[in-house]
Amino acid sequence: MSTRVLVPSGVLGLGFDSEALAAGVQARPDIICIDGGSTDSGPYYLGTGTSKYSRAVCKSEWRELMLARAEAGVPLVIGSSGTCGTDSMVDWMLQITSELAAELNQQPVIVCLYSEQPKTRIEAALADGAIDPLAPTEPLDAQTVQSCTHIVALAGCEQINAALALKADIVIAGRTTDTAIIASLPLTRGEHPGACWHAAKIAECGALCSTHPTSGVIMVDIDKEGFTVEAMATEAQCTPHSVSAHMLYENADPYLLHEPGGHLDVSDSHYEALAAGRVRVTGSSWTSAAYTVKLEGVRLGGYQTVSLVLLREERYVRQAREWRDALLAHVQADVENRLAIEPENFSLEMRLIGDNAVLAELDSGPTPREIGALLIVTAKQQSMADEIARLANPQLLHFPLTPDEPLPTFAFPFSPAETSRGALYEFCLHHTMRLSEPMDAFRLERIQALEHSPTVDAQS
Amino acid sequence: MKAVASLVDSIRSKNAGPFWLSIDLFCGTSEAYEMLVRSLSTAQVAQALGRPSSEIRRFDMASLNVIKFSLPRPVVQGSRLDRDLHGAQWSTVIGELEIAPE
Repeated sequence: MSTRVLVPSGVLGLGFDSEALAAGVQARPDIICIDGGSTDSGPYYLGTGTSKYSRAVCKSEWRELMLARAEAGVPLVIGSSGTCGTDSMVDWMLQITSELAAELNQQPVIVCLYSEQPKTRIEAALADGAIDPLAPTEPLDAQTVQSCTHIVALAGCEQINAALALKADIVIAGRTTDTAIIASLPLTRGEHPGACWHAAKIAECGALCSTHPTSGVIMVDIDKEGFTVEAMATEAQCTPHSVSAHMLYENADPYLLHEPGGHLDVSDSHYEALAAGRVRVTGSSWTSAAYTVKLEGVRLGGYQTVSLVLLREERYVRQAREWRDALLAHVQADVENRLAIEPENFSLEMRLIGDNAVLAELDSGPTPREIGALLIVTAKQQSMADEIARLANPQLLHFPLTPDEPLPTFAFPFSPAETSRGALYEFCLHHTMRLSEPMDAFRLERIQALEHSPTVDAQS
Repeated sequence: MKAVASLVDSIRSKNAGPFWLSIDLFCGTSEAYEMLVRSLSTAQVAQALGRPSSEIRRFDMASLNVIKFSLPRPVVQGSRLDRDLHGAQWSTVIGELEIAPE
């Protein structure tokens, strides 16, 4: 006996090879698991509780997976729904699922797992000393908790298995660890714990652990001693190198992976090439620890307006840094004097694209041919950021290097020259919360009968 | 002196969550790996990144011919002063670092 987990791709919305998915279904999986997000795309999505990927794309991929589920007759699980895994995004996936169930004439049992955290729970845990910082973050304080727009806890296998135990055909989970959705069923069926978690880490980005990363579909077959990984696309192969190298990916420590309730150690893992592009992995170990879940939280960092102007004249390109510094000093004084905005309520920054916009002071190089000067205004309100950018506009157009020269005029690519970017969010929680019982911070909802609500494809 | 990029197969950098950055040097062969282990010090990497050596975690992984460096992100991903949301261009700092192969 073993447990076979089919992973269609690294994330719903990224696409997968439909033939490879069909091959995966033919290979008789015990469960189909896909991730719906992570923090990879930045703080905006958790800040707003929205999805990065197009609804129509997610729906079309989810349709294929719901059909695959029905054909295979096994559960389908999505973790970290809608990029950020807030409650709003679980409901978003539930709505998509309800529409598809009606369209496909399916009646699946759906269980939703909610991971969003009320501030009162975090404050109570903080008062109980149950919250610890993860390096390099400072200990948490109540003010930071209050400042968050959304807080999620990353569910582990216990919560996914609680959902599966309700005879779910489809589990729609809020934020989970990337690995938990894959490790859950094999763990509860008594497969080797180190193998369960290691297989999950290898498969969580789909075919990224193979020679054809874009083909998407991966199968991990986990038993009492180890696991075997196989890519489902005919052109994709797994090699000991492609599989073992995946532990490096998006991981600060390539040997250890901390999860709810313990950690995986792959220091002594052994990777062996098998026939047909498969790899066998043994020797991975799991060590249990106190039950903690990681918290992610995001707060508002102000509102932004940006403006881009292009410098092509050789003298200005050559002296762009001096030009930038003088211009910013001039605008800074103007904002304080003419708009009467206090310095603590706004900030100005200008990045010189073509010079060192990516690496700032770490970079230096030859004079480029042209430079894009990107003004970034951050302020307490959007209207304030817009006003400041408008005040800066004549300077971006005409600011001279010296006062006694004919006014230069630079190239704006757009009218209006300013773009309101809206809210800026920043990650501020990177902590763990200790739980007495895994379900203490999570809630399940079993959807008895789907409401066949009208399709809302046009909504974003 | 030679640029690190000219001595390895490939270099990549990526966030390891919003608070960490990780840089992987794929050396390709054990010869290249051994040479890089001898020639590229953690202090050189720290200096190129403008961070103290104490912040840099280093993993010399002979089985993969990989050298991995991890460090706390100098600015948190996506915050006001972040310039590279996925941290993927930081690899160029190490790739362009000039070292004396030993």
